Amino acid sequence: MRWVNRRIRRGNSILLGAAPIALLVLLYLVVAASRHAANSNDKILPLPGDMASAMSALLFQPDPLSGQLIFWADTFASLQRLGFGLGISTLSALLVGLLLGALPPIRATFGPLVTGIAVIPPIALLPILFIAFGLGEMAKVALIVIGIAPFMIRDVAAHIAALPREQIIKAQTLGASSWQVMVRVALPQAMPRLIQAVRLSLGPAWVFLISAEAIASDVGLGYRIFLVRRYLSMDIILPYVAWIALLAIMMDVLLTWSSRRLFPWAHGAEH
Amino acid sequence: MTALLSLQNIWVEYGDKVVLERVNLDIEAGSFVSIIGPSGAGKSSLLRVILGQEIPTRGQMLLDGLPLKPECGPDRGVVFQRYSVFPHLSVLHNTVFGLECAQAPLIARLFGSRRRAALAEAEDMLDAVGLSDSLHLYPAQMSGGMQQRLAIAQALIKRPRILLLDEPFGALDPGIRADMHALITRLWRDYSLTVIMVTHDLREAFSLGTRVLTLDKRRRDPHAPHRFGATAVYDLPLTKRMPAPEATADSITLDA
Repeated sequence: MRWVNRRIRRGNSILLGAAPIALLVLLYLVVAASRHAANSNDKILPLPGDMASAMSALLFQPDPLSGQLIFWADTFASLQRLGFGLGISTLSALLVGLLLGALPPIRATFGPLVTGIAVIPPIALLPILFIAFGLGEMAKVALIVIGIAPFMIRDVAAHIAALPREQIIKAQTLGASSWQVMVRVALPQAMPRLIQAVRLSLGPAWVFLISAEAIASDVGLGYRIFLVRRYLSMDIILPYVAWIALLAIMMDVLLTWSSRRLFPWAHGAEH
Repeated sequence: MTALLSLQNIWVEYGDKVVLERVNLDIEAGSFVSIIGPSGAGKSSLLRVILGQEIPTRGQMLLDGLPLKPECGPDRGVVFQRYSVFPHLSVLHNTVFGLECAQAPLIARLFGSRRRAALAEAEDMLDAVGLSDSLHLYPAQMSGGMQQRLAIAQALIKRPRILLLDEPFGALDPGIRADMHALITRLWRDYSLTVIMVTHDLREAFSLGTRVLTLDKRRRDPHAPHRFGATAVYDLPLTKRMPAPEATADSITLDA
């Protein structure tokens, strides 16, 4: 049978998907063990035991200076920044994208501006943000927003502008005004696309979050990674990276699930 | 005998390409006008002009003797070949959409007794097109024929003065198409509709219509074929179902 025609059953696909991950973990363990056999103080590839003991201090023992559980304080701070950044971006993508996509005069007026902002590398704006908003939370959230909102706005606007002309005409023959076309025809059909845009923006949003935290912060997952780098603490960096990956996967799964749940009509056969 | 819709000296031009020239038409209330013609003869352009989707470069249109705004409105309903139902709404909500738009300008949603009344009206309309068993399906779950039934119900609930059909059955298979012909004929009688249908199926044009218009170019310039537009070269009133006695078979004229 040709490979393009092969169907993978669910059980098999889980098994197949897990295999490379397991292989990579195994490879890491073998290499780490061999390095530790040569040098029991090796810091570059820590063994799982070292990671567990290093992490348990951050997980369960309050920091003597601040009295906080560092790991959870980092997670909370980062998720809060990410949440604000994603929330503001999503809301503005919906509002601005809807206006740009549905109303040609608005698109003609503000389309070039949005495109112009979108092509600026957001990290290049970080100094401006630090100068304008100081080194606090605002600048970090603003970096995420500036980094992902233009892309999301353009994606949603393009999706709405590409709705079949027939639908818009039909709505008008049913008596719909511009406003009614926007809220009843364009907006609901933009929602699944918006969730898709959030999913695609999660990666860049994490990049901007970690960058902002690495440069100026006193708490956060990115801050911690860059802080302990000075001590070559791979036993903390690796679990932190794994935790970030896990958080990102959970968000992605949650978004996919909610899109299927809320907008079954947009997901073809399975409603 | 005053015309419901009157087109006077309509021209449609794109740049220096003339699509329609000197189209003069009077369409009576209750007629079923089929428009046929070769590809590119401006059938769909003419329908878009009547619909208000396209603005003619010259000429004017009168509905009940009053000039029409060059914008789509609830006085003219439409069914396109595809894409004219809303994929994010169920059958029932697709149909009730027109009522909600008129009665709730701000939120386009109804509540309480008005909502119940609108839903009941929509259900009656869907019953009339034979979709009473599919109220809660989404368009993606339905066949092409069912989607077109829905598109018709959606349009008719607004009681449009004119129903415009743009090759509405072109994408359907022959058996379904015959069912749809019976349906549209029944609706046309029951609701005393005025219908203008563009089609490329000659048999459909003649079996459904009370009047068949053929669009084509009257003149051709071999060196600049785009400089002459199409107009109604044949205008055939069909007697078989016409209630009006004045229509006769010998009225096959050039450009009535």
